[in-house]
Amino acid sequence: MKILVQTEAFDLGAEVAAMSQGRTDIGAIASFVGLARDLNEGSGVSAMTLEHYPGMTEKALAALVDEANARWPLLDVTVIHRVGRLLPGDPIVLVAVASPHRGEAFAACEFIMDYLKTQAPFWKKEETPEGERWVEARASDDAAAARWNAP
Amino acid sequence: MKLRVLYFARLRERFGVAEESLDFAGATAAELVASLQARGGVWAEELAAGRAFRVAINQDIVALDAPLPDHAEVAIFPPVTGG
Repeated sequence: MKILVQTEAFDLGAEVAAMSQGRTDIGAIASFVGLARDLNEGSGVSAMTLEHYPGMTEKALAALVDEANARWPLLDVTVIHRVGRLLPGDPIVLVAVASPHRGEAFAACEFIMDYLKTQAPFWKKEETPEGERWVEARASDDAAAARWNAP
Repeated sequence: MKLRVLYFARLRERFGVAEESLDFAGATAAELVASLQARGGVWAEELAAGRAFRVAINQDIVALDAPLPDHAEVAIFPPVTGG
């Protein structure tokens, strides 16, 4: 398991290669990369700054990876989330999940992202032509996380 | 009890403070929020009933009826928007 909060960019290919290096029990690696967009809520976004809660962030990410491990037979998980100022097109977050079969890798990757969106203490502030603004939480993100609680 | 209280993102900016140490006589997160609301101004506005904010005690998000341990690190912040 690898959890990093960093200002630097990450390399998806290198992270995925590192997961499977030296082992032959992995049958599937599913990955997700979130990018900074140039448009949100009808305004152009020229940059964004990600703030977080040092200490709690790492703890919250570890807790949601633990929860994914409890739900699916996973072989490895990598979560990298960037903080600081990012430009449109920059990668923000990476989640990669290794498992014996694809079903659990796909599911756990989506689960981790859905929980990260509602549980991990990060906040985005956007720079737009109208000035700076904090991104508001979306009800659709709460709904996406809540569906994993359905019986 | 002694508390260390942290504010993040929009709330940090509106309150104009990132962190403070408080000597607090109440017992729960809700009582702490009520005492902060009583400061008036932006405090009353941002922490009013119905406003969306989260409270964490010792780095775990809690419900408002959660008890406050002595020397707790309490954080108050807007709903998260990472990912």
